Amino acid sequence: MAESIQEINLNNDSPTRDNILITSVDQLVNWTRRSSVWPMTFGLACCAIEMMATGASHYDIDRFGSGPFRATPRQADLMIVAGTVSHKMAPRVKRLYDQMPEPKYVMAMGACTVCGGPYIKHGYHVLKGVDRLIPVDVYVPGCPPRPEALLEGLFRIQDKMKRERVLDRERKGLRPKLLVE
Amino acid sequence: MTPEKIHDALNAAHPGAVLAFDPNPKLPSIKVAPSAWKAAAKTLRDACGLDYLVCLTSVDRGAELEAIYTLETMGETRAPIHVRVLVPRENPVIPTVEDVWRTADWHEREAWDLMGIVFEGHHNLVRILCAEDWEGHPLRKDYKSPDTYHGIKNNVT
Repeated sequence: MAESIQEINLNNDSPTRDNILITSVDQLVNWTRRSSVWPMTFGLACCAIEMMATGASHYDIDRFGSGPFRATPRQADLMIVAGTVSHKMAPRVKRLYDQMPEPKYVMAMGACTVCGGPYIKHGYHVLKGVDRLIPVDVYVPGCPPRPEALLEGLFRIQDKMKRERVLDRERKGLRPKLLVE
Repeated sequence: MTPEKIHDALNAAHPGAVLAFDPNPKLPSIKVAPSAWKAAAKTLRDACGLDYLVCLTSVDRGAELEAIYTLETMGETRAPIHVRVLVPRENPVIPTVEDVWRTADWHEREAWDLMGIVFEGHHNLVRILCAEDWEGHPLRKDYKSPDTYHGIKNNVT
C-alpha cells in the first residue's frame, strides 16, 4: 500500500497541507476489503473448534483484519466451510452460499471439505469435497488444520482480494470453478 | 433384581417368551420372542423395576436382524440387562416399546433409518439421521452407497 500511494502537498496552508493522498480506486477498495474480511458464523464439525480457537485471543484472527463472524450470510464475504459436509447438509450450505453478496470467497477448511477426508471410501453420507457443490477459492488441508494454517488460508484469500478489479464485475480469472467430473 | 430373578419373573409371567438366557455377570442377556416382546417389556418395567432404557441398538446377523435393548434400574449400579430380539431379515417387524420407555422413540427411528427394522405401532417412524429421500439402510452388511446423490458423484475411489 505504501509505495502505491503518492502524498502531495499543494501548499503550506491548512487544511490541505499533509492531507491529500492519491491512489487508484482498485488499490483503495481492495485495501479496505482485505482489511475487513467478515466470515460467516458457520461450523459443521470438529474443524469449527479450530476456527473458534483462531478467532479467540491466543491466535486472534482480528490482528489480520478479519474476525467479525457474522450471524447472517447477507453480511458475510467469506465462507469458511469448517467440517464434514454431509449430503443432508449440502443443500443448506448451497443456499447459504447463494445468499452471500458478491464478491464472495469460500475457504474449504480441513480434509473433509477438501476431498471427503477419512470418509472418502466408506462415508456413504459425506459429500466428497465441498468443491462439488460450491466453487472454492482456498483449500486448507489438515485434520483439523491448526489455527496457523487457517490464518495462512486467510492470507491467501487476502492475496486474492488484492487482485480484484472494481470495474470487472465478472471477476474474470479470479472466480473459482466448480469441480465437475 | 438379579438377572436370574428377572429371567424367572419374565418366564412366569409370559411362558414361552424367553428363548434364551445368558447369566454372564458382566453382560447378562435375555433373548425374547418378537411376538411377546411388547407384553414382556411392560413386565420388565413394572414388575422387575427396569425403568430406564439406556440404549437401543441393532445388529445385522445375516439371515436375521437383531435389536438389543439395554435396560437399567435408576439408582442401581450393577451391570445392565440386555434384551435381544431377533427378527427375520425378509420381514423385520418388532412391536414398538416407545410407550413403555420414551427413550425408544428416537432410538427406534434410528434403528429403522440405519438398519431397516420396522417398529410396528410407532407413532412417527421416519428417518432421523439420513435425508428424507435417502434410499436403503446404510448399516446393513449388503448396503451399497449410491453412485450419485442429487446429481453429485458420491463414489470417487
